[in-house]
Amino acid sequence: MNFANAAVGQYMPGESLMHRLDPRTKMLVSLGIIIVLFVVSNPLAYALLAVPIVLAIAISGVPVKLVFRSLRPLTFIMVLTFVLHLFMDPGEALFSIGRITATDQGLRLGIVTVVRLTLLVLATSIVTMTTSPIAFTDGLERLLAPFARLGLPAHELAMMMTIALRFIPTLLEETDKIMKAQMARGADFESGNIAKRAKAMIPILVPLFVSAFRRADELAVAMEARCYRGGEGRTRLRELAFSGEDLAVLIVAGAYTVAVAVAL
Amino acid sequence: MTSGLFWAGGRAEVSSTVIEVRNLCHTYMRGTPLARQALKHVTLSIAEGELVAIIGRTGSGKSTLVQHFNGLLRPDSGHVFVDGKDIWQKGVALRDIRRKVGLVFQYPEHQLFEESVASDIAFAPRNMGLSDNAVDDAVREAMRIVDLDYDEFAERSPFELSGGQKRRVAIAGVIAMRPKVLILDEPTAGMDPRGREDVLREIQALHDEHGYTVVLVSHSMEDVARFANRLVVMEDGRIAMDGRPRDVFQRRDELVEMGLGVPQITDLMAELARRGHNFPTDVITVDEASEALLPSLLAASGMAGESDSPCGGGGR
Ligand SMILES: Nc1ncnc2c1ncn2[C@@H]1O[C@H](COP(=O)(O)OP(=O)(O)OP(=O)(O)O)[C@@H](O)[C@H]1O
Ligand SMILES: [Mg+2]
Repeated sequence: MNFANAAVGQYMPGESLMHRLDPRTKMLVSLGIIIVLFVVSNPLAYALLAVPIVLAIAISGVPVKLVFRSLRPLTFIMVLTFVLHLFMDPGEALFSIGRITATDQGLRLGIVTVVRLTLLVLATSIVTMTTSPIAFTDGLERLLAPFARLGLPAHELAMMMTIALRFIPTLLEETDKIMKAQMARGADFESGNIAKRAKAMIPILVPLFVSAFRRADELAVAMEARCYRGGEGRTRLRELAFSGEDLAVLIVAGAYTVAVAVAL
Repeated sequence: MTSGLFWAGGRAEVSSTVIEVRNLCHTYMRGTPLARQALKHVTLSIAEGELVAIIGRTGSGKSTLVQHFNGLLRPDSGHVFVDGKDIWQKGVALRDIRRKVGLVFQYPEHQLFEESVASDIAFAPRNMGLSDNAVDDAVREAMRIVDLDYDEFAERSPFELSGGQKRRVAIAGVIAMRPKVLILDEPTAGMDPRGREDVLREIQALHDEHGYTVVLVSHSMEDVARFANRLVVMEDGRIAMDGRPRDVFQRRDELVEMGLGVPQITDLMAELARRGHNFPTDVITVDEASEALLPSLLAASGMAGESDSPCGGGGR
């Protein structure tokens, strides 16, 4: 019930190189790593791709435990895909439980999938944990800008994302508060069967929706009061600055990733 | 039927402890760079029949503290006793504790969810497993206490009421459990002066007439000076002062340093004393001040005896 505790991937302020880098650099590098992650299938390649990720976590100064906590919500999916691969894939039989048989190819693919997912989650978490939401969406908007000419609403997408990110902690906090308030009135969210528990959520969900709509209204008014009318001609308080550090990281990490992809 | 349940009057002589916290520590987001220790070794006990005000700057840990009183937050270390029982011991039903210690959150109207006022207020007594009749009794009584007319409001939607009415419904929703202690976290936040006055009066009546032990979290020195018989000042997760409002307000400089200050009338009287007038300095309400000032004012203007009311026109 620790809703108020740090959400998965939540920004952890800091001063490290990872924090200083331009969000675009971080996004491009991690995107590159992720793409390569899904095209190669050589165990050595995974080990090599893990190197920059581990390095990034190390220099970020974010507690390792916290980064790895972002894997927790995916544990179930990982176990499930592993088991499905293990028993459903064709290949030489390893062992069998009753009528179902584990295969060697299944084992290999299962491990590959789990490793891919783990590295994927770690690579994205370390980026979101070292990038403030504003910098993140700014970077995203700039990266998408070339596509705006093709009709992609880059600014609107980024603005929607900013707002969503901005309100996730608020809504979690609100949920926590409403839950506590109803618990103070004797509500019980932990016992009973599924139907009973689902019903117990009503006293949380109704106030939560009411407040979400109220907040949306207030936000719309506040934005209009400050003359918001879309992205055109809008300037920024803090322009993203692509520094020498960024260029260096981009070149080194980019070359490394391409090399791994080509060599293996 | 219920007045017998409440133990009214006589609070001055009895002083059995209802809530006691010992050495309480609480840290939010433990183990992350965002960790923040909100309570630092807080020890406090509240006796039956008291009207205690907890005051402190924003972020000083008031809400965190009161959420420990009914077991909504679990301390990192330290103990919470309700009626002498350690509530975090095995086998203690937290629901019983929460029934005994009613907590009204800041902006409690945000927790309303039912279709009608009556069924929202009935949420708590129903959770306590009362029979339909008993629930209905509890709802009617709670509405009477917060001054909401049953026939007029019971079937209305809580979402179409005014802010002040919503807040009353929410407070009634906690009172309907018939708790022994009522904790209110800034019950007047965001209300207009008239609404504040009404709510504060009701809280005072809850204490004076209905026999509740009341803990009031507040920002307003004026309010607590008038209502509370004990004042707990929090600063940075610790209890900085604890005593009768009159005594606490004597430590004006320390309070100002904490960013709190004293009631304006206390300031005024202190200023008068500093300028050499011989007035008492432990004045904390306007009524007391007029009592102290009026005789000399009237004497000064040579109209002594012409008016005996502080608001009368005779003195001007
Ligand atoms: N759910 C939470 N998660 C993380 N930190 C919190 C949480 N709730 C409170 N805090 C922090 O703990 C400290 C104490 O907060 P608390 O809400 O108890 O203060 P308060 O005295 O009630 O303030 P206010 O007068 O603003 O209501 C604050 O610094 C606050 O930022
Ligand atoms: Mg508070």
